[in-house]
Amino acid sequence: MTTVSIPDVMRILPELILAGFAILVMLFEPFVPAGRKRVLGWIALLGVLVAGMAFTWAPPNAGMAFSGSIAADGFSYFFIFLFLTIAALALLGSINYLERDNIHHAEYYALILFSTVGMCFMAASAELIMIFLGLEISSLSTYVLAGFRRHDPRSNESAMKYFLLGSFATAFFLYGIAFVYGLTGTTNLVDLAADLAQPGKWSTLTRAALILMFVGLAFKVSTVPFQIWTPDVYQGAPAPVTAFLSTGPKAAAFAVLVRIFLGLAGPSGPAAFWVIWISAALTMTVGNFAALLQKNVKRMLAYSAIAHAGYVLVGLAAAMASGSTEGASAVLFYLAAYAFMNVGAFLLIAHLAGPGEGRTEISDFTGLGRAAPGAAACLTVFMLSLSGIPSTAGFFAKFYVFRASVHAGLIGLTIIAVLNSVVSVYYYLNLVVTMYMREGEPQAARTPMPLPLYSAIAASLFAIFYLGLYPNHFLLLSTLSSKPLP
Amino acid sequence: MMPIPPTWCVYLGTGLFTIGVIGVLTRRNVIIILMSIELILNAVNINLVAFSRYFGEVDGQIFAIFVITDAAAEAAVGLGLLIALFRNKETVNADEIDLLKW
Amino acid sequence: MLERIWLIPLLPALGAAFQFFFGRKVKKSVVSLVSVGLPGVSFAWAIGCFFALLGRPEHLFTKVLYDWWPVGAFHLSSGAMGNLNVHVGFLLDPLSAVMMLVVTGVGFIIHVYSIGYMAHEGGYYRFFGYMNLFMFSMLVLVLSDNFLMMFVGWEGVGLCSYLLIGFFFHRRSASDAGKKAFVVNRIGDAAFLLGMMLIVVTFGTVNFQAVTEAARSGHYPILDPTITAICILLFIGAIGKSAQIPLYVWLPDAMEGPTPVSALIHAATMVTAGVYMVSRANALFMLAPAAMALVAGIGAATAFFAATIAITQNDIKRVLAYSTISQLGYMFTACGVGAFAAGIFHLMSHAFFKALLFLAAGSVIHALSGEQDMRKMGGLREKIPVTYWTYLIAALAISGIPPLSGFVSKDEILWQSYAGPHGHLVLWVAGWVTAGLTALYMFRQIYMTFHGTSRVEPEVEHHIHESPRSMLAALVTLAGLSVIGGFIGWPDLLGGSDRLGHFLDPVFENPVPVALKNYSAGREFDLMFLSVLIACTGIYVAYRIYVRRPEVADRVAKSFGPGYEILLNKYYVDELYDALFVNRVKNIGNAASGFDQYVVDGGVNGVGWTTRLTANLSRLWDLYVIDGAVNVAAFFTKLMSYPARVIQTGLVQSYAWLIVLGVLIFMGYYLVHF
Repeated sequence: MTTVSIPDVMRILPELILAGFAILVMLFEPFVPAGRKRVLGWIALLGVLVAGMAFTWAPPNAGMAFSGSIAADGFSYFFIFLFLTIAALALLGSINYLERDNIHHAEYYALILFSTVGMCFMAASAELIMIFLGLEISSLSTYVLAGFRRHDPRSNESAMKYFLLGSFATAFFLYGIAFVYGLTGTTNLVDLAADLAQPGKWSTLTRAALILMFVGLAFKVSTVPFQIWTPDVYQGAPAPVTAFLSTGPKAAAFAVLVRIFLGLAGPSGPAAFWVIWISAALTMTVGNFAALLQKNVKRMLAYSAIAHAGYVLVGLAAAMASGSTEGASAVLFYLAAYAFMNVGAFLLIAHLAGPGEGRTEISDFTGLGRAAPGAAACLTVFMLSLSGIPSTAGFFAKFYVFRASVHAGLIGLTIIAVLNSVVSVYYYLNLVVTMYMREGEPQAARTPMPLPLYSAIAASLFAIFYLGLYPNHFLLLSTLSSKPLP
Repeated sequence: MMPIPPTWCVYLGTGLFTIGVIGVLTRRNVIIILMSIELILNAVNINLVAFSRYFGEVDGQIFAIFVITDAAAEAAVGLGLLIALFRNKETVNADEIDLLKW
Repeated sequence: MLERIWLIPLLPALGAAFQFFFGRKVKKSVVSLVSVGLPGVSFAWAIGCFFALLGRPEHLFTKVLYDWWPVGAFHLSSGAMGNLNVHVGFLLDPLSAVMMLVVTGVGFIIHVYSIGYMAHEGGYYRFFGYMNLFMFSMLVLVLSDNFLMMFVGWEGVGLCSYLLIGFFFHRRSASDAGKKAFVVNRIGDAAFLLGMMLIVVTFGTVNFQAVTEAARSGHYPILDPTITAICILLFIGAIGKSAQIPLYVWLPDAMEGPTPVSALIHAATMVTAGVYMVSRANALFMLAPAAMALVAGIGAATAFFAATIAITQNDIKRVLAYSTISQLGYMFTACGVGAFAAGIFHLMSHAFFKALLFLAAGSVIHALSGEQDMRKMGGLREKIPVTYWTYLIAALAISGIPPLSGFVSKDEILWQSYAGPHGHLVLWVAGWVTAGLTALYMFRQIYMTFHGTSRVEPEVEHHIHESPRSMLAALVTLAGLSVIGGFIGWPDLLGGSDRLGHFLDPVFENPVPVALKNYSAGREFDLMFLSVLIACTGIYVAYRIYVRRPEVADRVAKSFGPGYEILLNKYYVDELYDALFVNRVKNIGNAASGFDQYVVDGGVNGVGWTTRLTANLSRLWDLYVIDGAVNVAAFFTKLMSYPARVIQTGLVQSYAWLIVLGVLIFMGYYLVHF
């Protein structure tokens, strides 16, 4: 039994700072008059910035902390930075949204921060108990966030569905963990991999347990057939929350998938690989084809989110098949690129949808290219990036994933993925065509973008073009970060 | 006295788990669905404690305490969401919540 | 200086970003300071780079900024392995240096002009943001060292063109014109893209220098089919961007944009991108004489036809638009006969005088509170003298009156199209006649606008005023350039040394012999005399018709009758395209009913029969293939919505069922399959 040491604490400094600021926001709430709640939003944002800077103040030293339950490695730092960025963007996009719709409560900011803490722990932990705790911290916060528009039945329904199905899936995940613990006597991923690497250790029960754990994560990632909740929840949740929900927890669950499945890839044998392969193919196809049918922008982007999870799974399959870092780095690159374009798109839609989010049908965007050229241009860039047009981040994200899967010899899966991304162009461009080429008066809001949202959109655009025109730095970063410690 | 073999506990856990899953799938009332999920979590707890005892260490029991805490938090959040829902729709039946579909 | 060449495109990009993010918030003066200042600095930097380049013995500078797109190894069409690694890099050689100076210089002048011109328009910052973005894209296009990056710039300028044509988006015609430009350009872009793909699989690289080197290595025979295909595809791309037959229809409509846009994008720079691209790929074109002949033929034909249309147009900007198309035809003729340097020379002098013409026309429009119809002008000479004199200088230059720039560069093209290695008498005659037509339509415009009695509407009349100083400064500067621009390429024959031609030589140095046919200097002099003669004739005819006896104009028009109608309606090409492509789907119903009548009344002659057959086939095609495709898509969508409805019921418990089912299936699969 080791005592808590200073280096250990330093390794979870960002999480501590975030949690501290979240509590601070809650404590300040009673003292801030009703009209000035945005101060709390700025405090929360400050917390995210401070947490980000904590790395600079206290140069992190890689290693395990807290008896091997926290892995402070490039992998977790990459994800923590990603989560902090997503949280910052979501906070910037939420401040005016909450004011507009009269749901300005400090809990919102605190919940975003707590959820970020949970996601950071998911990415950083090398211990099933910690992963479970991180998962639950982030999930419980997002359940509430999804229902934050309390007076809107769609939001209630979204939160209820997310909550019921989320807890159901978590229960499966836990049941799997319990069995793994029972079969190996450990919940530490390093020990687990070592234990399972012994010959004869794999039994039917082990495999069943692994599948149960996969289900819990696949639910968060929203792969077919566990994607079923995604469209309803993303459509009903407040759009800035959807922005956060569709990128943060998804990336966190992928981080855990990479840690668990790559760690156990050798001993778990080819069948685990095929589970990922089938999930990837199904997820892409179902997501893209269902998106073709949609008439609601948020729901369409929800299906697109499913499809994108499929592309990331292709990268994971490539990583499992080849064992090289190429696949894992493509996964990391994709998650980051996807975060920027999706957060940007949902934040912009949150603004354009107008008070009470009344205007989210695709037809509401008719003629927006003339009425609000700036917003329409930004949305076009996000759509182009999502569809993977060159010189945007989305293109290189797909490019690296496809390249990794070709190099790993997964030709069939690559063909499915490429065909899918061709299909996807249709519904993304449909929105662009609606905005520019169709005649009519747009129903969407034409009020100018408030400054905080503006800066969030600008940052996302910058990141999209930076990754699209100058991908090499970031690719190097994701390659360096793609080797988890254990 | 002979200790209870861990397999028995596993059978008990599996039973609870199955009851919970069936409950989630069949009951209409959201509160009962919530309770069924709690049952699954308790199945997990029984397993964890049994394995912990079998290995002769406390890891699993600590895990179980975490799970109990989590179940409590989940119940609180769930009931909160349900109240918000009930205010708007005046129903606690899962099959009447279908505003968002297709 | 040269090491930071990337500043030249970057500065306008920063300007665009500034307008995008802060333009709405800041004052107009700040908007103009940033958006005119940054291209100005970029122009100064370009001049610095130009002199730095002159200081280098080989007149060549390359800079790879970073790896952009490391594709990796793949098989070439020849079976060898290629390793494609696309850089973001800059190539500064005489060709791109000339283009860079033209784009930054003329661009800067037009930005200065826009301060005055756009002062009273809404969306001031938006306009300058787009203009800066255009400068960025255009500079990327001309400074890139590979086809792919050039294509990025190519698409960028197309986008800006679309945005700026539709700048007055509340005018329906403006947004329609924007769409038309967008759609027509896509055709060319698709061909360019295909050509680029062929280049990749043939040469394994997209770098200009590498492709040029490979083409000149002697490894590929003349008339090599792949290279011919590449050249034709690239040329189709150029046709779209540079508005040549048959894809020129978008350019006249593009005049819906603000006048500075017409000057910068649709006269001086963007539309010449096609000429630049063909010149850049000169090593490939020299291996494909068939493609060269196509280039020269299309160029000469476009020059002639566009000039004939220009004579009859009454909108001051549309005349200039057709004139631009016609002049671009000259440039392509030059490229087609292998005289790339002459084409670039004309590109440069055209940039001066055509930008001037547009800006001066803008000044006229400005003075007349937005009037563009020349029939409602006249007698403006005294009222806006600076505009008049600059306009006159530009008109003389474009008509080819010595010693103005237009004379020198056009005459170089005419001489080359006669005596050049691929030259032909027909090309010369077409160019020569076009020169006469050019003088005619230009001076028709001058006389209608500035001379004679005023036909200006009374309420406009007393608002007439000379334009603000920023606009006049731009006009005078460009007028100066139009006068002296020719001297840097003054031909040997007249005691010059064709410095521009020699400067460009290293870019166009091809192992294929390009010696002129053996004609005496006397012949060149004769032709020069002939072209000046026809220009003067054109001016005289215009004078006779439009000044001496304005009533003659109508009589002439009447006596030409149907011919005049055809010209006035621009050969009905827009209508033809509408009928052929645009209204196709709309007219299915009409066509079908018309067809029935045809069958009933049916003629017996062969022509009628063929028409019916084609109509029938096209109807069947529409009915079964086009409608069929639409129906299949609809059916497919409907079909897919059934599973969606069955699965995505909106009920939590059916979702939970699916999750459990998923668990069981995955578990079953995993356990069995192990």
